[in-house]
Amino acid sequence: MAATGTRVPVAKTYKIYIDGKFPRTESGRYFVLENSDGDVIANICRSSRKDFRNSVVAARTAFADWSAASAYLRGQILYRIAEMLEGRSDQFVAELILQGESKRRAQKEVEVSVDRLIHYAGWSDKYQQIFSSVNPVSSSHFNFSVLEPTGVVAVLAPDDSGLLGLVSNIAPVIVGGNTCVVLASEQMPLCAVSFAEILEAADVPRGVVNILTGFREELMQQFASHMDVNAVVYCDGDADLAKDIQNYAANNIKRVIDRVDTDWGDDSAQNPYLIEQTQEVKTTWHPIGS
Amino acid sequence: MSSESSKLTFNDGWQYAAAPESTDHVQIDAEYGLFIGGEFVAPAEGRYFETINPATEEMLSSIALASDADVDRAVKAARKAYNGPWSKLSAADRGKYIYRIARILQERAREFAVIESLDGGKPIRESRDIDIPLSAAHFFYYAGWADKLKYAFPGRRPASLGVAGQIIPWNFPLLMAAWKIAPALACGNTVVLKPAETTPLTALKLAEVIRDAELPPGVVNIVTGAGDTGAAIVNHPDVDKIAFTGSTDVGRLIQRAIAGTGKKYTLELGGKAANIIFADAAIDQAVEGIVDGIFFNQGHVCCAGSRLLVQESVAEEVVQKLKDRMETLIVGDPLDKNTDIGAINSATQLETIESYLRLGQEEGAEMHQSSCAVPDRGYWCRPTIFTGVSQSNRIVQEEIFGPVLAIQTFRTLEEGLTKANNTPYGLSGGVWTDKGAKIFKLTQGIRAGVIWANTFNKFDPTSPFGGYKESGVGREGGMHGLAAYVRLEE
Repeated sequence: MAATGTRVPVAKTYKIYIDGKFPRTESGRYFVLENSDGDVIANICRSSRKDFRNSVVAARTAFADWSAASAYLRGQILYRIAEMLEGRSDQFVAELILQGESKRRAQKEVEVSVDRLIHYAGWSDKYQQIFSSVNPVSSSHFNFSVLEPTGVVAVLAPDDSGLLGLVSNIAPVIVGGNTCVVLASEQMPLCAVSFAEILEAADVPRGVVNILTGFREELMQQFASHMDVNAVVYCDGDADLAKDIQNYAANNIKRVIDRVDTDWGDDSAQNPYLIEQTQEVKTTWHPIGS
Repeated sequence: MSSESSKLTFNDGWQYAAAPESTDHVQIDAEYGLFIGGEFVAPAEGRYFETINPATEEMLSSIALASDADVDRAVKAARKAYNGPWSKLSAADRGKYIYRIARILQERAREFAVIESLDGGKPIRESRDIDIPLSAAHFFYYAGWADKLKYAFPGRRPASLGVAGQIIPWNFPLLMAAWKIAPALACGNTVVLKPAETTPLTALKLAEVIRDAELPPGVVNIVTGAGDTGAAIVNHPDVDKIAFTGSTDVGRLIQRAIAGTGKKYTLELGGKAANIIFADAAIDQAVEGIVDGIFFNQGHVCCAGSRLLVQESVAEEVVQKLKDRMETLIVGDPLDKNTDIGAINSATQLETIESYLRLGQEEGAEMHQSSCAVPDRGYWCRPTIFTGVSQSNRIVQEEIFGPVLAIQTFRTLEEGLTKANNTPYGLSGGVWTDKGAKIFKLTQGIRAGVIWANTFNKFDPTSPFGGYKESGVGREGGMHGLAAYVRLEE
């Protein structure tokens, strides 16, 4: 019971994020997130394979409009995400501390996350110019190659980074016009759910990013094998896990993107080649004539 | 003008005289070994298989069957060449070796064209005008990249990978070898390449060219055999990269086989491309494009326009003109310069095609074939179209790899696009309309790697090629084709 003169704090219910809504997992299951002292921080949704499939439907539906949105608009929306995150950085710092980070590290992680979003926001209308080409074919055609988004990307976010790892994976995928379903860090899931609220506030269209919490051992197979997912990104695990992911990915020739051993805090974790990983090259032969 | 009055009547009044290309100048040995470490060697287990002419079923040559031990020997030769002379060479000199290959291929073009048609069954008109010149052009193009790689990857230093294992199909034997070998060498790698078991000859002749160009021994090794030989390359622990062109089913097996090994890979797999014809298209030109799209190389083309989507208001006219045009196609001797459609590559492939012809009819579609005569011996399939097919029919969803076209209609642009995209594949597509803005609307909307507008089945070394979805991973050709053969360092 609260002492006289103090107020009873209101705890937050951490839910998942599918198609722009915040449902609980359809399975009704949860797992308990504890701090290092063993105190309960929150009950976290233990998402099911059905939640994942629903998310893929949302992501596929959102793909048509998001991939057709102008580069300028996508850039502004990423910038808006950064603005929202900056404005609510205290909340994210507090959540990171709650999950065991030091205050200094937590502050740094939120700052770098904001900067990372700004970095990718700026790429939205530039990466195409870096990677496109006009091809001097020998026939009378105007022939050019441009990048187009691969489609729906399933992201197994890194387990050891609650916010920065998540942001570093979502940003290059969506800035290029893809949509995604992300499995948050299992040991540090709080920021992922709060980040979904940021996405909502930043006018990211529903379904472009879907965020689930849960057990990667349980969900990995579905992330890698689903027939309507075009690419899978993973950041943790040993050679056996990599083998499993690629094995399942072969069902529909998914692009497999290995980001294991990335130092998320380092500048090397952001560059346009990471955008290119979830892009396809399309070549068009246009006639020249009268 | 009624479609009846516009019917082409090439065959009335006079016939084409036979115009066979001479084979006098062609040297095919009775037996070929494996090209390993710069020389032809006998296979370790002493086994050979026959390669035949699919137009006559006559044996052309006896070809070494590479075992695991032979593949291991080839990989060791490639590794030795990679660690030794090839990586010590200046990039400019590396390029000069590749230029030599291009030049010798140009000099020996006629011989290569004849052998390609003999071994694979494709019309000499195509091997002469497309396969061989494009192969030489491909080497010429990538030769020039060898000392310019750093300009292709802004902010990065491209490094070679090591030994590339390359497995190619039987539909464009020499051209696919060029697509694989040229960029691999330009980027500083060495190669173990396996041609398809039904069409090994031009790859072995290419080995002669590589020897004559005096490439350091082991830089390119060519091992012949079937699926087991391919598997030995894929599974070899000292191969750094796998490049495969072939069916999606085999591509899947390869992606699984190398799972967890860290091997880099590019896969160029199947397709089921739609040619979309709008009412405002130049119809006669479009009909020629449809014919090129599906009957080029007997339809043994992964990017073939094997589906036709025709706007409803012109469907009757287009189908009639297509039937009329099909009647004029000459099916027969691949070496005859008048031949439009040559022999089906193998008995196995002919069986596959014929099973789809039965399937299409069982599914309720209406089949129409040209009435042309075909030779008694050899493997032949008349040009075939199916009408009355629906989107879920297997002849609409699955790659047949033969001269078989499935025709559907559409009313609106959106319907055409939806149908075009409704297969697991995404390799290529075609659009026929007189309106430039509509072309771009369609070419943006088709989820495929190569889109032709008012043309089809055009290729160029500078033009990247490769698929979306289950049609593959990675690109070949152009600047983008370099990425498959380098590692990017900061």
